[in-house]
Amino acid sequence: MNTAGRIVRLAERDRAEVQFVLDGLMRSALAGDTVLTAMLASGHALRRSEFGPEPRAGFCLMGACQDCWIWQEEGPRLRACSTPVTEGMRLCTTAPENWP
Amino acid sequence: MSEVSPRRIVIVGAGPAGIRAAAMLVEARLHPIVIDEGHRAGGQIYRRPPAGFVRTPEQLYGSEAAKARALHALFDRLVEQGLLTHCAGSSVIAVHGGRLHVLGESGVQVISYDRLILATGASDRVAPVPGWQNAGVYSLGAAQIGLKAQGVALGRRIVLIGSGPLLTLVGAQLVKAGADVAAVLDTSSWRQQMGGFSGLAARPVVALRGLALRARLGRRYHAGVTLERIEADEHGVVALHWRDAGGRQQQTPCDMVGMGWHLRAETHLADLAGCTFTYDEQWQQWLPKTDEMGRAGNGVYLAGDGVRLLGADGAEVAGRLAAAACLADLGYQPPSAGADLRKLARVERFARGLARAFPWPAAMVRALPDEAIVCRCESVTAAAVREGTDFGGSEANRVKSLSRVGMGRCQGRYCQLAAVELVAAQAGCEPDAVGRFRGQAPVRPAPIGAFLRED
Repeated sequence: MNTAGRIVRLAERDRAEVQFVLDGLMRSALAGDTVLTAMLASGHALRRSEFGPEPRAGFCLMGACQDCWIWQEEGPRLRACSTPVTEGMRLCTTAPENWP
Repeated sequence: MSEVSPRRIVIVGAGPAGIRAAAMLVEARLHPIVIDEGHRAGGQIYRRPPAGFVRTPEQLYGSEAAKARALHALFDRLVEQGLLTHCAGSSVIAVHGGRLHVLGESGVQVISYDRLILATGASDRVAPVPGWQNAGVYSLGAAQIGLKAQGVALGRRIVLIGSGPLLTLVGAQLVKAGADVAAVLDTSSWRQQMGGFSGLAARPVVALRGLALRARLGRRYHAGVTLERIEADEHGVVALHWRDAGGRQQQTPCDMVGMGWHLRAETHLADLAGCTFTYDEQWQQWLPKTDEMGRAGNGVYLAGDGVRLLGADGAEVAGRLAAAACLADLGYQPPSAGADLRKLARVERFARGLARAFPWPAAMVRALPDEAIVCRCESVTAAAVREGTDFGGSEANRVKSLSRVGMGRCQGRYCQLAAVELVAAQAGCEPDAVGRFRGQAPVRPAPIGAFLRED
């Protein structure tokens, strides 16, 4: 399969690469990917549920369900389905350690 | 027109309804503000990929490519010529006293309006299936957005479940794009689907196109299924358990499930703007009340799937009608609405046929096991909703405050209809007697920092 993660790239594969950091590791995505696409090309989940044991990987992809809010190393969260990935982004699947 | 003072008209949503409404206002030499969550105008069904993607509209939208192309070109031209103001990537999070609170990249700004046209569209109407909280379960709309806007399938082996035109369409689109679609499972039986036939005859070409798409699914498609549960391991979905129309137990290995039962109107802003709602028996949900043109009163107009689930063609017509109503109320002479009203009536006959053919799975929801999750946001179970009903009675908002169902970050968009169904079953009444969750601002999560100003 063509990605190491959950998603399969079926089209639009001829795009420039973008490097970003996920949980401290360098990962690559394609320019034009959303953060959700970029993360799920490298892994199987975006975050863990706050109310249950299961991992979450988004649900609606149109900014309505709010399932895909993830952390950035510097603090503010972002909605992965509606935020384009950019070069050098530092993303986490869990809350930063210094989060109160 | 010189006697009419320029008024500020704000349109929320840049899908087919919002674009057509904007164009009609521009023709009358008004300059609307169009606020849209998308980075590029088009809405969901005519959603455009980011800049730099190369597939053509024909590849992206199939038989609807010409309509998509026309809408995109029209909107882009109005923006380029400076005839409207486009606030892209922006969410209206509150409506109060003629003012909109708009969350964009630079924080929250307040935009006041004299007239407001809401063209907020719809999202998937989903029903809980035990296990649906697991990673790898998505809405059908999500599967389509992944494919159209990102060129991806959201799993290696896909099962689609639910009912409605999107079930067939997404299945056919994924198969065509080369995804591995293991099964497409429709909870509507052939008999129920035939029950919508008289309405579907109002648009025979569209109905035949749907059947042709269905044919592409071949043996993957099963009607009249019973969904039992989604099995998952610690990484996410591994199989779907279901029974076929003959009652035989089936298990389909998969790592992604797409689900949806037709659509649910996005009505939060209409609610905050003070619109009244009625329960629609055919679409089986609460919808805001308007006149035939889309007037909701108090200077608010509604158009598109956010008020009646007519699909993209109906939304274009409804957008024009809402703008015409707005113009007439401002003292302008809009073009005659007769032809558009007749077209809308025909589209509505068809859409109501669809609603009969692909109904909400009320019995499935009522039979949910106690431990099943109803609210994905906060993992509220069916048992909690039933206990809340026993304790506090059958009013929707009371059950909401007792059980927290509908209080999560999606604000009940994806659990409200199922929760109300469960309450009705527990209390022995009809869903419309349970009522609906009150909309609350902000309708999207907003960071506290967005409200802070440096000055």
